Amino acid sequence: MVESKIRVLVAKPGLDGHDRGAKVIARAFRDAGFEVIYTGLRQTPEQIVAAAIQEDVDVVAISLLSGAHNTLMPKIVNLLKEKGAGDKLVIGGGVIPDDDIPGLKAAGIAEVFTPGTPTSVPIEFIKANVKK
Amino acid sequence: MYDKEKLKQLESAEENYMSRWQKNVEKLAAQGKSAERKGKFVTGSGASVNQLYTPLDVADIDYLENIGFPGQYPFTRGVQPNMYRGRLWTMRQYAGFSNAEESNARYKYLLEQGQTGLSIAFDLPTQIGYDSDHPMAEGEVGKVGVAIDSLADMEILIDGIPLDKVSTSMTINAPAAILLAFYIAVAEKQGVTPDKLNGTIQNDILKEYAARGTYIFPPAPSMRLITDIFEFCSKFVPNWNTISISGYHIREAGSTAVQEVAFTLANGIAYVDAAIKAGLDVDTFAGRLSFFFNAHNDLLEEVAKFRAARRIWAKIMKERFKAKKERSMMLRFHTQTAGSTLTAQQPDNNIVRVTIQTLAAVLGGTQSLHTNSRDEALALPTEESVRIALRTQQIVAYESGVAETVDPLAGSYYVEALTNRIEKEAWEYIYKIDQMGGAVKAIEQGYIQKEIQDAAYEYQKEIESGKRIVVGVNKFQIEEKAPEGLLKVDPNVGILQAKKLAELKAKRDGIAVQNALDELRAGAKGDANLMPLILKAAKVYCTEGEICDVLREIFGEYTPIQVL
Repeated sequence: MVESKIRVLVAKPGLDGHDRGAKVIARAFRDAGFEVIYTGLRQTPEQIVAAAIQEDVDVVAISLLSGAHNTLMPKIVNLLKEKGAGDKLVIGGGVIPDDDIPGLKAAGIAEVFTPGTPTSVPIEFIKANVKK
Repeated sequence: MYDKEKLKQLESAEENYMSRWQKNVEKLAAQGKSAERKGKFVTGSGASVNQLYTPLDVADIDYLENIGFPGQYPFTRGVQPNMYRGRLWTMRQYAGFSNAEESNARYKYLLEQGQTGLSIAFDLPTQIGYDSDHPMAEGEVGKVGVAIDSLADMEILIDGIPLDKVSTSMTINAPAAILLAFYIAVAEKQGVTPDKLNGTIQNDILKEYAARGTYIFPPAPSMRLITDIFEFCSKFVPNWNTISISGYHIREAGSTAVQEVAFTLANGIAYVDAAIKAGLDVDTFAGRLSFFFNAHNDLLEEVAKFRAARRIWAKIMKERFKAKKERSMMLRFHTQTAGSTLTAQQPDNNIVRVTIQTLAAVLGGTQSLHTNSRDEALALPTEESVRIALRTQQIVAYESGVAETVDPLAGSYYVEALTNRIEKEAWEYIYKIDQMGGAVKAIEQGYIQKEIQDAAYEYQKEIESGKRIVVGVNKFQIEEKAPEGLLKVDPNVGILQAKKLAELKAKRDGIAVQNALDELRAGAKGDANLMPLILKAAKVYCTEGEICDVLREIFGEYTPIQVL
């Protein structure tokens, strides 16, 4: 039996236009065999959650370099829970100070990947932790 | 550049210099000594590098035609006759965070430390035309720059800074006209008339679509706003650089050096075309066009890039646009060191990277420079980090000796050969974009975005395979403690800013605001120059968001094409 592919939504919330990382990771996920949907820039948490549910993804990977992570990342997790989609794996990446990571994890972000992380690390993390 | 007969001797059978040298290299390799470290040597952008460059590589250069003298066409050696022997480049650190009060304090600190120009970083809501109390601004207020909602904030931001003495660069694009209007209005209150103002607005919407992301309106009305600014400033703010056509963000998004030059100059062509179509004479505005490039790690490739960019632009302006004034042909540029090369690992190493990049910018003949701070892969820079970054420029300026003569790398076989190669490859891109109908079309089709993304992904794969070494990241790693003392922005700045807005709206003249917005709406529907209307609205304290909302209503918003 062929296992179904892991589906990942790569999301850019807020006003941040830095999408080099989002696009590189989206391609790396695709090369790793995942099905990837990219939201494009300037998505509200509501739009991201709607896309995650509509596309029936297993993973929401949030890329954020604007400093708005403490506001926007937990909001996405909470909205997913409200909509009954709290089982999706939510991960984050970007310029995120170490001090902020424990708070984000407590808010339900499974893992946070900071600059310099090889793309293989989130790929392996997803494979190990996705609920499928 | 050389005596052709003497050049022949290098290769000739009797003299045999070249083949003797090649045999020596092969002999060493055969003995297992000094074999080459890798199969292929490449520049930072992946272009192949020969083992050795000799006069044969630059044999076809005509000194007067291709290189010439500084301050003369084609400006390969620089735009000033004596470059830094006259005046050093402007040391201009990009700064701004939180609210106007805190940023004002940082500017004053930087000026006290010997910085010679201001560079204002705005937060994302300001850059995208939302007031601080807009729902889309949630979590973003004051984060990547300062929040400016109206003239009232601008008054605080530049309080006590003499605008007739300091030149100011503003990184603002889609709403550039509005922020320029705020600036002009504050200056008038200081008693400084617009003709005395010096500075730059970035105002480069095309690279926002292609690489940076802070667009608002679709291309056609955006180009109209830009040409309105060109026209207005040519009459009333003659010393203002009306645009800073930017390769910086294209490179940060992952392009190669050649793509950075090619896409930037292709955008430049699109602006000049638009202004000429709007009825402006090329020599009335071209002298106020400025550029903004990246200084990356490959020192010599970067120097060649700057030299090639100057030569290409001079040819474009003279040959394609028939500019008459020399000033119109000069590519004057600001440089920022490459943020994307900074590592979160062993952050002090970034000081060394920035030093190399500073040398590249200076040896490449920049007019102004921002040096990044060591901690920028972690957070906004602290005051101490910013001071080290500024000191890096000062050490290069006063101690390194590279500023003591003009274009010191000219005549290097390698640098001249690289300059030629970058020029040739950039022209190929420019012609290709011409054939697609110009930069606007190429961006609308996603061509430029795709080229940049391919290069970015290639770069990342090279790092992960170890083909490209990044010290401290994929080689020479150490166990590190979490960095301490990073700058934190007050999380309440959004609330405070919203409160200020409410107070402003309660006390300003509501009828004057409504009238100014109505006039702007009528102007936007027609073909009036929008700059005077925006200035009028700014002066009666219309907010940035209100002005942008009127323009959104008439112009609509840009929807990007998704390319992956």
